[in-house]
Amino acid sequence: MSTTDVMPVLKIENLRKSFGNDVVLQDISIDVPVHTATVFIGSSGSGKSTLLRCINLLDAIDDGVIKLDGQDISDPRVNSDEVRRKLGMVFQSFNLFPHMSVIENITLAPIHVQKIGKEEATQSAQLLLERFGLLDKANTYPDRLSGGQQQRVAIIRSLALKPRLLLLDEVTSALDPVLVNEVLSTVRDLKHEGMTMVIATHEMGFAKQVADEVCFLYQGRIVEFGPPERVLENPLDPRTQDFLKRVHEAGRL
Amino acid sequence: MSNISEGTAPDTGGRALAWTPSGLEIQRRAIRRKQNQRNTLIAIISSVLVLGTLAIVMVSSPGWKSLTDTFFAWAYGFEILPKVILGFSTNIGLTIIAATCVSIFGMILALTRTSRSPALAPFRILATIYVDVFRGVPMLLIILLVGFGLPALRLPWLTKNVLVLGTVAVIITYSAYVAEVLRSGILTVHPSQRAAARSLGLTNGQTLRRVVLPQALRRVTPPLLNDLVSLIKDTGLVSILGVTDAVRAAQISSSRSFNYTPYVMAAILFLLITVPLTRFTDRTMRKAIERQNAQGLA
Ligand SMILES: Nc1ncnc2c1ncn2[C@@H]1O[C@H](COP(=O)(O)OP(=O)(O)OP(=O)(O)O)[C@@H](O)[C@H]1O
Ligand SMILES: [Mg+2]
Repeated sequence: MSTTDVMPVLKIENLRKSFGNDVVLQDISIDVPVHTATVFIGSSGSGKSTLLRCINLLDAIDDGVIKLDGQDISDPRVNSDEVRRKLGMVFQSFNLFPHMSVIENITLAPIHVQKIGKEEATQSAQLLLERFGLLDKANTYPDRLSGGQQQRVAIIRSLALKPRLLLLDEVTSALDPVLVNEVLSTVRDLKHEGMTMVIATHEMGFAKQVADEVCFLYQGRIVEFGPPERVLENPLDPRTQDFLKRVHEAGRL
Repeated sequence: MSNISEGTAPDTGGRALAWTPSGLEIQRRAIRRKQNQRNTLIAIISSVLVLGTLAIVMVSSPGWKSLTDTFFAWAYGFEILPKVILGFSTNIGLTIIAATCVSIFGMILALTRTSRSPALAPFRILATIYVDVFRGVPMLLIILLVGFGLPALRLPWLTKNVLVLGTVAVIITYSAYVAEVLRSGILTVHPSQRAAARSLGLTNGQTLRRVVLPQALRRVTPPLLNDLVSLIKDTGLVSILGVTDAVRAAQISSSRSFNYTPYVMAAILFLLITVPLTRFTDRTMRKAIERQNAQGLA
């Protein structure tokens, strides 16, 4: 067995991140093996988005190491553009480019980053759109799509680069409950296809279905982690218990 | 589905049924039509009254005759028109050259000021000072300084052609205006757009070119076209250097005849360009908006 088979796609050791005097993340250590999904839960402001932005090199970290396929990407000498080509990121607020049609949004990076020919890029984009039932929207501008459709396009856009690792930041929190499902089932499909993912979410049911490991973030620390059945149904740490209790109550209201 | 539709409505397979408006709707339409007719009538009567009174007051006022003789002597106006048109071609040429240079130079200034690259730090400072200075000084002063001041240095390589010097002065000033418009456009593009582009692996330059600038330019097209209209008008200022543009040509004719009609002719020439351009600005904006909104139906 070669080392790449056991080497996690993403390995974080003792990551620390602060904004000024405000320590937002500390002692974060995780392994994300290939074809698995690691889900981060935690209340608003616990640092989920910041962690994903650090992995994507959109924010610089204060300490610790982030390794992608064994390569230390927190080394300031690495070419961050090259690293980002291996990572797909989907944002809470979609961030589609409003001046481009759906197909142009999707083919932008394949054409200009991977230097794939326009025709080939368009063809594979159409295949992706077809797979996610959005082919009829190919020439539509983002403003004309529902929130759920926009978010699915954003997911497809990051898939077009065939990323090694997909980062999803609360991809459903800007959507109403009906639209949440179409986006979540898209993510579940990806999971079945073996995509390696790091996900931040508020949807506990979704976390249970898709996660191989759940990490509970509390004030910038991972206070509990493990398989979803254990963490979500029999949490050991009182802070996790409290958080899940409040989520439950909110769900009942 | 067929069970429900049987007793209620014919199955049209999702198509809309032929529809005849109800009596109430027909009544309402008649009322609306009547209201529209009344509004149009009121507008016509009020316009005729106001504009008519104004015309009568003007024409019957004691100065009317001498006014038309001095400003609107059309026969004389058409006689000197070719000279003014010849001068006006200078304004147009100057506008085209200046607008081209200003777009390039203004864009360089704006990109320099918005860049974050450490290597460009000194240029950022220089660009800021440049914009502050040339936006804060009347253009007439710049034209005088460049047109009369530079030749006074007697640099052998420097041209003495006042038209060239005047154009340079216009470019210097307008680049500062346009740089600020472009910069504000660049700054209005939300940072999340950059984040999204960078996380797709686009380089800083690609992000600027493919994502930031297209959105920025779209937003600043109206103010840029306004600046173009101002630029056309302001080319008239180079006449102070002795360039024979429309203004100067009119001035020469006028000073010979002690009649001001040449100025009015020059004014009309400017309006012939600036008014359609303003209308065109409005239309392109509307069309751009419509295009982006209508695409969803295609
Ligand atoms: N650019 C920044 N400057 C200063 N503080 C920041 C910045 N970005 C995030 N923070 C702070 O970091 C903390 C964590 O924010 P983060 O966005 O990661 O939370 P989150 O877990 O994603 O919350 P939510 O569930 O609401 O999205 C917050 O206290 C926030 O105020
Ligand atoms: Mg967040």
